[in-house]
Amino acid sequence: MSILETAAQFGTYAVMAGVLIFALGVVTLRNLFHCALCLAAALIGTAVLYVVLRAEYLAAIQILLYVGAVVTLVIFAIMLTEHIAQKTVRQNNSQSPLAIVGLLGFVALLAGVILKTPWPVTQAALKAKVSVMGLGEALMGAYVFPFEVISIILIAALIGTVVIAKKDDAQ
Amino acid sequence: MTSDQIIWVPLLPFIAFIVNILAGRWLKNRAALCSIATSSIACVIALPVCWKVFNGAHFAHQGTWLMLGTVPLKFGYLMDPLSATLLFMVTIVGTLIQIYAAGYMHGDPRYSRFFAYVSLFMSAMLTLVISDNYLLFFMSWEIMGLCSYLLIGFYFEKASAANASLKAFLTTRIGDIGFLLGFLTLFTAIGTLNFAQMNTIMAGAHGGPDALNTGLLALAALLIFCGTIGKSAQFPLHVWLPDAMEGPTPVSALIHAATMVAAGVFLVARSFSLFMVVPNILPIVTAIGTITAFMAAFIALTQNDIKRVLAYSTISQLGYMVTAMGLSGLGAGTFHLITHAFFKALLFLGAGSVIHGAHVQDIREMGGLFKKMPQTAITFIIASLALSGVPPLSGFWSKDEILLAAFGSGNFLVFGILLLTAFMTAFYMFRLIFMTFFGTARNHDVHAHESPSLMTVPLWCLAVGSVVIGIPGSPFMHHWFQKFMAHMVHYPEYEPSAFVMTCSVVVAAFGIGLAGVMYLGQKHWAAAVARTFPSFYRLSFNKFYFDELYSAYLIKPFNALGRKLFGFDEKVIDGAVNGTGQNTLFLSGLKNWIDKYIVDGAVNFMGTAVYFLNSFTKRVQTGFVQNYLLIVFFVLIVFLAFELKF
Amino acid sequence: MIGIPLSHILIFSLILFAIGVYGALVRRNIIGILISIELMLNAANINLIAFSKYTSLSPETGQIFALFVMAIAATAAAVGLAIVLALYRVRKTVQADEVNLLKW
Repeated sequence: MSILETAAQFGTYAVMAGVLIFALGVVTLRNLFHCALCLAAALIGTAVLYVVLRAEYLAAIQILLYVGAVVTLVIFAIMLTEHIAQKTVRQNNSQSPLAIVGLLGFVALLAGVILKTPWPVTQAALKAKVSVMGLGEALMGAYVFPFEVISIILIAALIGTVVIAKKDDAQ
Repeated sequence: MTSDQIIWVPLLPFIAFIVNILAGRWLKNRAALCSIATSSIACVIALPVCWKVFNGAHFAHQGTWLMLGTVPLKFGYLMDPLSATLLFMVTIVGTLIQIYAAGYMHGDPRYSRFFAYVSLFMSAMLTLVISDNYLLFFMSWEIMGLCSYLLIGFYFEKASAANASLKAFLTTRIGDIGFLLGFLTLFTAIGTLNFAQMNTIMAGAHGGPDALNTGLLALAALLIFCGTIGKSAQFPLHVWLPDAMEGPTPVSALIHAATMVAAGVFLVARSFSLFMVVPNILPIVTAIGTITAFMAAFIALTQNDIKRVLAYSTISQLGYMVTAMGLSGLGAGTFHLITHAFFKALLFLGAGSVIHGAHVQDIREMGGLFKKMPQTAITFIIASLALSGVPPLSGFWSKDEILLAAFGSGNFLVFGILLLTAFMTAFYMFRLIFMTFFGTARNHDVHAHESPSLMTVPLWCLAVGSVVIGIPGSPFMHHWFQKFMAHMVHYPEYEPSAFVMTCSVVVAAFGIGLAGVMYLGQKHWAAAVARTFPSFYRLSFNKFYFDELYSAYLIKPFNALGRKLFGFDEKVIDGAVNGTGQNTLFLSGLKNWIDKYIVDGAVNFMGTAVYFLNSFTKRVQTGFVQNYLLIVFFVLIVFLAFELKF
Repeated sequence: MIGIPLSHILIFSLILFAIGVYGALVRRNIIGILISIELMLNAANINLIAFSKYTSLSPETGQIFALFVMAIAATAAAVGLAIVLALYRVRKTVQADEVNLLKW
């Protein structure tokens, strides 16, 4: 094991830790605008992990779609609905102790399962390469039907969003 | 040959009534035009039909209106000599009086209302005249009563007018009830209300009256005659007519002199075949008529209100007509009805003109008006001459026919009374004329002036009518009218008698002369006569105390009875009703308690129980999305735990 | 090649998911909830890609599913935020516990 690999390994764990920290920031910070920024950071960290997992195309999409579009959208929504300097408003409701207890149980349960399960990791799979061309062929070939369905959903969502967000004429 | 257009005759004034009552506010003075126009058109439609009837034609048409069990009730018109005569008179006199009224009522705030009522009256009167059965007759009869009520009380702000209209309505009501019961009895007896059918049945019964229920028929005739007594103001129900003079003068002329009051006589004429069949009814009719004629003339001698004198004169002349009917003189009675309509309408219109010009009604305040209103005076004198029976004016011929009937049938008592009445008639009419138009003006505050031509032209038309309308019944036309009427129902006719004519002319001349002497020459004579016969004078001046008698013996007891009944009603019936009410209230209170605490209690208990139980479970439904999400999440954990551990 | 066992990545994504769930459960602001849902979807995506990397013979499958999830996530974000805006316009609030019309 080379020093480079060790460094890469350590870096990966550091990115994971960073993502988790930013994710915690997303759910705990009082200022929603900060939350949105944390979300962007966590998503960028995830994109880094995608690169590590040899899914470069996905990483690019992640940056473009999530960080570029979704986070921007969220920030717009926050600015439209919220006064950013609203410090006095309580941000969490009263069920967080219960939620924490449940989540700990949930995590423990699933972590146990994950650690116990003998995952069929194969060297062949690890060696396999995914090219953008391969993804495209799969989308247009085996997965063409879900692809079309997704496109319809996108159209429906587009129209629905316009209709919902549009100002009512009557008012 | 059809003459169905006759139904337009009553229909047109009815349209005028609808228009005037609904649109009178906008029509204003054109309301008169509307009424007069419809009336004139009705006249134009009616006269050719009347002419055909005068030439011997006979029209009738009827349609089923409804079924009374198995008996169809038919409405229709009947144009026989009688109705043609009346139609002729009513349309002409009615139209002329309406033209006159357009001038007389000018400036009245309820101008259009007045013409609406008059048109409704015309419609009802014309329906009555051409109707062919008792029911339709009765319906229009009642509408006329309503119109009479409305028009007498036209100046309803005046208490006297309101009371007079009430008095007229209630008094005629007594007769109307009799009439209603009468024709219902008749329907029971002979099974028809149609005049023509009744005439046929009665004519058939002449041979053997046993075929008919004579008792029932007598009752029917008597009750129908009650209608006449009420409507034509015969003794003892005559008291309403003098008071009816509170209405506008054209109304007095149209309704209370020329047409409506004549409807009572017309009713007897219509039912003449019935009266001929039933024994002993005609003497009653004669008696009532004679008493009325004499009594009213006697009262008229001393009255001082110009319209009241004419009102009593009307009653007296109606008594004449009824007497004629009672003496089987259908032709004579109808003839007098027609002539009387013309000259009495003229007299009333003349009186209206005097009132319009001089603004007083008491003849003691008038005098010397001849120079100031010559046209009114001349026409008034013509009418008075006609009424007094001066040849060759119309009144002479018709009165002569009645006297002839009395003389010819051998009722010399009646003949004598009628002659005396004729004398009194001439006397009081010329007393009126001399006091009004001649002599010197007694009240110098009265500044009379001639009426506008809208009023004098109808006066002249009626004056011409009063002169010539007697010709068809005179010897110059060989008593054409009497023969014409005899087509309908057979009744005895009498040879003209020179003695009767002479008597008639003599008493009329004597009456006029005496009036001239007493009121133009020896003016102290009148007071001397009053002093000499104080009881007679008071009796006449106080109208035989009829109003006082009715007040003391009918109205007061009725009021007392009413109060007694009211007390009874209040204490006993209301007590019973209230007792029942209170019992019900108590019972319902009890039921309410049971309902509230037992029935409702059970229902509410169920509700409360459910409410109590769900007060635990409903806490789950917080309405917070995240609560639900948490629950879902826990359930998921539980499922996972089950799935993975076991 | 990379010396990170699959289970570590899975546990990372599990924790990320749990954090997302926590956010969805306790955040009062509806936009906060939506953000937390994005986190959860992200964790699922990591799982998909990790599995396809470590175990599958045709690694495109997992990546394509991740792609679909991203599309759906974007859709959800857009529609969800539109609903939030509409709600804000009507009720003048974006707090989830103040929108309680379903309450008994």
